[in-house]
Amino acid sequence: MLETLSNVLHLIFSVSFILTVVTASTPLLLASSGELVVERSGVLNLGVEGMMIVGAACGFGGAYLSGSIFVGALCGIFAGVALSAIFGILTLGLAVNQVATGLALTIFGVGLSGLIGAGFVGEKIVPAAHLNLPVLTSLPVVGRILFGEDAFIYVSMALIIAIWLFLYRTRAGLVLRAVGDNHASAHALGYPVLRIRMLAVLFGGACAGLAGAYLPLAYTPFFIPGMTSGRGWIALALVVFASWQPGRLVIGAYLFGAVSILGLALQPLQLGIPQQVMNSLPYLATVIVLVLISRTRGTAGSAAPASLGTVFVPDR
Amino acid sequence: MRKWNIVAVAAALAIAAVTIHAYAADKLKVGFIYVGPIGDLGWSYQHDLGRKAMEKALAGKVETTYLENVPEGADAERSIEQLARTGHKLIFTTSFGFMDATLKVANKYPNVFFEHATGFKRAKNMSTYAARFYEGRYIQGQIAGKMTKSNIIGYIVSFPIPEVISNINATMLGAQSVNPNVKFKIIWVNSWFDPGKEADAAKTLIDQGADILTQHTDSPAATQIGSQRNIYTFGESSDMIKFGPKTQLTADTDYWGGYYTKRAQDVLEGKWKSEDTWGGLDSGMVVMAPYTNMPDDVKKMAEATQAAIKSGELHPFKCPITDQDGKTVECKGGTHLDAGQILSMNFYVKGIDDKIPGK
Amino acid sequence: MQLVLERRAERSTMIAVASPLIAVALTIVTFAILFAIMGKNPIEALYIYFIEPLTDPFSLQEIAVKATPLVLIAVGLALCYIANIWNIGAEGQFLVGAVCGSWLAVRTNGTDVGYWVLPAMLILGTLGGAIYGLIPAICRVYFGASEILTSLMLVYVANLGMDYMVRGPWRDPAGLNFPTTAAFDPVASVPTLLEGTGRLHAGSIIALVVVMLITVLLGRTIMGFEIRLVGAAPRAARFSGFSADRLVLITFAVSGALAGLAGIIEVAGPIGHLDPGVSSGYGFTAIIVAFLGRLNPVGILMAGLFLALTFIGGEGAQISMKVPLDLTKVFQGILLFYVLACDSLIVYRLRLLRSVKAAPAHA
Repeated sequence: MLETLSNVLHLIFSVSFILTVVTASTPLLLASSGELVVERSGVLNLGVEGMMIVGAACGFGGAYLSGSIFVGALCGIFAGVALSAIFGILTLGLAVNQVATGLALTIFGVGLSGLIGAGFVGEKIVPAAHLNLPVLTSLPVVGRILFGEDAFIYVSMALIIAIWLFLYRTRAGLVLRAVGDNHASAHALGYPVLRIRMLAVLFGGACAGLAGAYLPLAYTPFFIPGMTSGRGWIALALVVFASWQPGRLVIGAYLFGAVSILGLALQPLQLGIPQQVMNSLPYLATVIVLVLISRTRGTAGSAAPASLGTVFVPDR
Repeated sequence: MRKWNIVAVAAALAIAAVTIHAYAADKLKVGFIYVGPIGDLGWSYQHDLGRKAMEKALAGKVETTYLENVPEGADAERSIEQLARTGHKLIFTTSFGFMDATLKVANKYPNVFFEHATGFKRAKNMSTYAARFYEGRYIQGQIAGKMTKSNIIGYIVSFPIPEVISNINATMLGAQSVNPNVKFKIIWVNSWFDPGKEADAAKTLIDQGADILTQHTDSPAATQIGSQRNIYTFGESSDMIKFGPKTQLTADTDYWGGYYTKRAQDVLEGKWKSEDTWGGLDSGMVVMAPYTNMPDDVKKMAEATQAAIKSGELHPFKCPITDQDGKTVECKGGTHLDAGQILSMNFYVKGIDDKIPGK
Repeated sequence: MQLVLERRAERSTMIAVASPLIAVALTIVTFAILFAIMGKNPIEALYIYFIEPLTDPFSLQEIAVKATPLVLIAVGLALCYIANIWNIGAEGQFLVGAVCGSWLAVRTNGTDVGYWVLPAMLILGTLGGAIYGLIPAICRVYFGASEILTSLMLVYVANLGMDYMVRGPWRDPAGLNFPTTAAFDPVASVPTLLEGTGRLHAGSIIALVVVMLITVLLGRTIMGFEIRLVGAAPRAARFSGFSADRLVLITFAVSGALAGLAGIIEVAGPIGHLDPGVSSGYGFTAIIVAFLGRLNPVGILMAGLFLALTFIGGEGAQISMKVPLDLTKVFQGILLFYVLACDSLIVYRLRLLRSVKAAPAHA
């Protein structure tokens, strides 16, 4: 028993495990960061999985055709933006139900990515290069984590910090949060609610597209249809898990990544837990956390932006 | 009025399309049902290569159709039946999960011939076929046993079905034959095809000390991770050398082209019969990718083993086999385990410390 | 010049009637263009997708078979969505229903049991789905947790749970350790209606009956009125004494029950055994069907049949035109976009305004 515990602890605190977790969590962090901004502005975009997977297809295609990871990433971002624009036009321009549109976007995106990516299946590219600084990368523990990763990882970290600064330290961020909490009041004060939300939606699409592109550009350098495997849905859960706060989002993303890796890594230790139980841990964890955090706010509701998911049509 | 013109044009085009199809009716129409995308670079990809090989070998005499990504539920039966209804006379269903659906349709269409891969139900017009991958695994085990320095082999697997279990055992037996100290670390990713998870599993196994990786899943993710981290890997189903040019040792590839061509030929010549084919190295259904990135003596050993298995001199499951509880397994095939035992294998051999999940 | 959305004084009945037709027409046109871009003959493609499946009895029966679970689930979901309760977990409830009903089939497999087995299985499946559907409802009512995410997460849990059962305790002993239960006995299978010609089965009749029952429920019962009121005017509903919480529990239970029923019918009918691949995403496709049918049971029936038609047509297109199956998903997504957009025009109108000075931004 003690030996097993020691094995598990040894495993969790090893550098390579942490690295694997960081890379596994990065697409979650990227996608959920964008969705956090979207939801803070009051819009619920369930189409994250669709945007991610189109980002993966276009990202890989772009990188394969141009030979540059950077171009590939841009293609992924652009694809995500384009798809989120459809969502924005429908839900903000035509006041359509956000849940239905988001789901339609997911189904559309999955199909579209299959069509776009079909021609690229079986090809390989050179994956994103890892940083390799002379002295820093060889540092004992932090070396590889802080100085030896690829650009996507650093972008994801910088992004969430930037989002935090934006939301809590800039006026524009304050306005965005106001729009999410009470769009009627924000409108009365003269803020262009729909335009702010549209920008947020497009930003969310860009992040989702980038998150999707990360998978074939750095994680496994080839494209396979369906390669996002439901990460978009986990990203959605993460935003709620984090009570819509950036700091908790980072914790949540790495936690989820860790749980999914643990599901694999604990197997050779033969703890006797059926692997379906291990695999279901991230999802069960989300439900439990959702219940717990909602409870602390009382039965009235959760910490969500009050206008989340409601339709806004400015009266004249 | 415009509407009716469109309908008339549509009808005319449809009739034209059907007529053109009818002209091609002299050719034998062969249908393929794939469980995954042909781009999986693994299982379905190899079946499609087999289809293309057959097309080439029997050029002008056959016309093929394939359906990919067919889910193994209620939709499968419809897809198979659609092929039967649209004039396909020979239909290959390439995954275990299609078994009952294939049987149902076979019973409905007695004049169509069905071939089901890796299953065990047959009918007058339904055959089964599979490949003896475990032969290739034994060779891989030997190579791994010789090349490993840490004595830990990482094994990435999908589901604990008998085929996978027998392959794990064959690998271990091969490894033990040259290195009795080999240990396996096994990770189940619960999917035949999930590159992200396979990559995670590969990284985890390497982190836990494995210096050689092998897999029974379909994507080249593990080969790619191995290439990144300078760990030797074995490809699976197809030659994955492209993803690990300096690190792939060999691959246990499926070659279906020969079998497909033969069966189509049988239909063309009117001598198709329902049978159960289980081909291995000898019949060319299992082909080892070139032995690369290994020292010459290991290569020679592998080639010698390959020849021995091919000739029947060596059987990977030669008795006595001891299971992990220490009991000797009954030897129903005389000097080696018989086909039934291998096809339903549900135990690990001695030397594997893990427990089979779900037992 | 600005394009703005404006609420209409009252719903436009003309658009309400024409909207689905406009949406379908728009989708077909978009599709024809897509096919032309892909280098395929648009007319032939449209024929194969929409007309060909209607031309022979086998395909017609297949449409009914495919539509049955979709309609059953979607009708239940409509009840939730009308009341602004978002059950996204129908897929999980479908699987749990399948598992619960299959338990009885596996227990009695091979033994000489009477005809009570099948109805018992259906009841078990329905109950199982209902109970599983209550979990996200309870999380919302008692803990305030978003039902969208809890119900969604539970889908994955249900999937893994079923996977575990089929690979372990319920494995067919004669199945060489493959992950499937034994084939269900005939008494434990949903009977087909037109033996020999196709797979049309009694489940379709059940679906039709359910559609009629729910129509009556929504239109003529207090419960139906409650549901519609809570969706349209939640505060008024509260003042009337209707408890929104109670409604959450009831609608989730009913939609879970219907999804569970669909699950066991599908497994005991067309599939005939339980294995990890029993659902091809019915729970999610049903959400589209619910919206396409505008949350109205009869509309859902038609939408379900239409969507099933596109599935069958898509498979036919894959065979005869080598068109990838992904195109069907794209089609369904686009169709839903158009339907939602057109429906919006029932309640709102678009107006082009000459330059209007925006209200001065807060200094």
